[in-house]
Amino acid sequence: MEYKLTFKDYNQALKRDKLMGLKCNDCGAFTCPPMMVCGECARTNHEIAQLSGKGKIVTFTTSFIAAEGRENEVPYTIVMVELDEGPWIMGNLVAIDPKKVTMDIVGKPVQLGNRVYPADKYSNGDMARPAFSLLE
Amino acid sequence: MRRVAVIGTGHSKFCFNSEKTQVEMLAEVALDAINEANITPKDVQAVNVGNVLGDFEEGQGMVQSFLANDIGCFNVAASRFEGACASGSMAVRDAVMWVASGYYDIMLVGGVEKATAMGTPLATRTFAMFGDSRYEFPAGFTFPAVFALLAHLYSNKYGIPMAALKEQMAAVSVQSHEYAMKNPNAQIHKAISKEDVLKSFMVSTPIQLQDACPFSDGAAAIVIASEEAAKKLVKKPVYFAGIGQASSGKLSSQQKYLPRIRARELASQQSYSMAGLTPEDMDLCELHDCFSIAAMIAAEGLGFFDYGTSGLAWEKGETRIGGKIPINLSGGLKAKGHPIGATGVSQVYEVTRQLRGDMAEQGRQVDGAKNGIIDTLGGDGVLVSMILSTM
Ligand SMILES: [Zn+2]
Repeated sequence: MEYKLTFKDYNQALKRDKLMGLKCNDCGAFTCPPMMVCGECARTNHEIAQLSGKGKIVTFTTSFIAAEGRENEVPYTIVMVELDEGPWIMGNLVAIDPKKVTMDIVGKPVQLGNRVYPADKYSNGDMARPAFSLLE
Repeated sequence: MRRVAVIGTGHSKFCFNSEKTQVEMLAEVALDAINEANITPKDVQAVNVGNVLGDFEEGQGMVQSFLANDIGCFNVAASRFEGACASGSMAVRDAVMWVASGYYDIMLVGGVEKATAMGTPLATRTFAMFGDSRYEFPAGFTFPAVFALLAHLYSNKYGIPMAALKEQMAAVSVQSHEYAMKNPNAQIHKAISKEDVLKSFMVSTPIQLQDACPFSDGAAAIVIASEEAAKKLVKKPVYFAGIGQASSGKLSSQQKYLPRIRARELASQQSYSMAGLTPEDMDLCELHDCFSIAAMIAAEGLGFFDYGTSGLAWEKGETRIGGKIPINLSGGLKAKGHPIGATGVSQVYEVTRQLRGDMAEQGRQVDGAKNGIIDTLGGDGVLVSMILSTM
C-alpha cells in the first residue's frame, strides 16, 4: 500500500508555507504531521488536505543548548501548537526575543511560516519546520 | 510460563571519561554477575545487551558478540537491544521471556554505554535521534527541550505556578544527590542544595543544569535463571513478578495524554497485573529521572501519587526511606549517572540488592523490602516496567 503523503511532499509544501496533512473520510480527524494511517482511527480512508496553519500555543521552551552544528541557533524557542484542525505540531516561535518568552505565551494564537534546517551528515537532506509567529 | 529469577549482579562505577572500552567495562561486570551466580561462562546459554550509541562512541557496533566472546560465552546467541535510554530494560525483559518460555535456563543480560567519549555537542545530537528525525528534530528538538515542554505543560495543566514547580523540581534533585553520596557506584558524590539547583545554568526553560542527569559511562550486568535452576545455585533468588513494555510515537502524537506518558501507564499496568500487585504493595522504586520533572511525571504514572502532586511528595520526604514510597535510593539517573544502555540493568541491580537486603552496609536499605518496581523511559517511544519480588 502506498504512503499517501510522504515527508518529501510535506517538506516541499512546508517550504512554501503550506502545511499539508491528511483528512480522514471515516472519522473526520486530521493527521498532521502525516502518517500511514489516520492518527485517530488507524484506518487508511483519507485524503491529502491543506491545513490552515493557524492554531494556539500549548507549551514552549527556550533552549540555550543545541545539538552539534546548531550552536549558532541558540537561544531559540520551541513551541507545541494545537492547530485549529486539532493536531499538535512542534515548531519554533519566531519574530520574538526568545529570552523574553514566558508562560504568558501559552494560549496565544499563532500563524505558520517556515524555516529550513540545512542538512547535516546524519539528516539525509534539508528539512523545513513550522516557524510560528504571534497573531496580533 | 516459568518463574524467572535474578541470581547474579554486577555494576561498574558510573563516571565521566572511562579509560576502559565498552567491552572491557561490560566484561568486568558480567564476570562479577557470573561469579555471584555460582556459574561459569560456559553455563550461559544466551547473551542480551543494551547498547545505544556504541557506533558513535567508539566506532563499535555489535558489541554484544564481542562481549560474549570476550567473557568466554563462545558462540552463544548474542543480541543487542536499542530503545534509547530503555535499552537495558528491553534486554532484561526479553531475556526474562526467553527463560520463562523454557527455551533457555540461564542467560546473561548486560548494558553498557560510553557517552562521554562523544563530547557534549555530538552527544546532544545523537540523543536527539530518539525523537522524530523528520518532523521534530528540525525545530531544535533535544531531550532537555522535550521535558521542558512537558514542565510548562505540567505547570499549566495542574495549576502549579512555575516558581512553586521549580522548587519541587529542585527537591527531586537534592534528594537524589543525597542518596548518591551513599552509593559507591554513583557518578556524582556531591550534596547540592535547592539554591544550587535554582542558580545553575539554564539549559532549556524551565530546566536548569541541576534538573538534568549527566552524560555517563558505565556498565551493569545480571544473570537470570529459571526458578528451578536459581534455587540450586543461590540462597536468595529475586523473582521477576511482572514485566511490561509499551511504545509511543513522536511527542506531538501523544497530545491527548501529555504531560502524562500513556505508554508508561500501559507498561506498568501490565507489570502490576502480571504480578497481581498494586502500587501500594511496592516497597521501593527505581524510576526514570532523566530530568527532575520526568521523575515527578513517572511517580504519578506508576500510581504512587495523584497527578500534579508528586512534587509535594518529594518536598515532604514521602519519597525517602521511611516515606510512602522510597524512590531512587541509588541516586537515580540524576546522580548515580545515566549510561543509557546500562541504565535499565542498573535499576534491576539496585532493586535486586535491596530485596536481598544487601544495601544495609551502604546505609540505604529499605528494611524488609519484598517488592520493588523499576521504570525506564527511552526517547519518545519505549517504556519498560518490571516488578521484582522476594517471593
Ligand atoms: Zn480516522
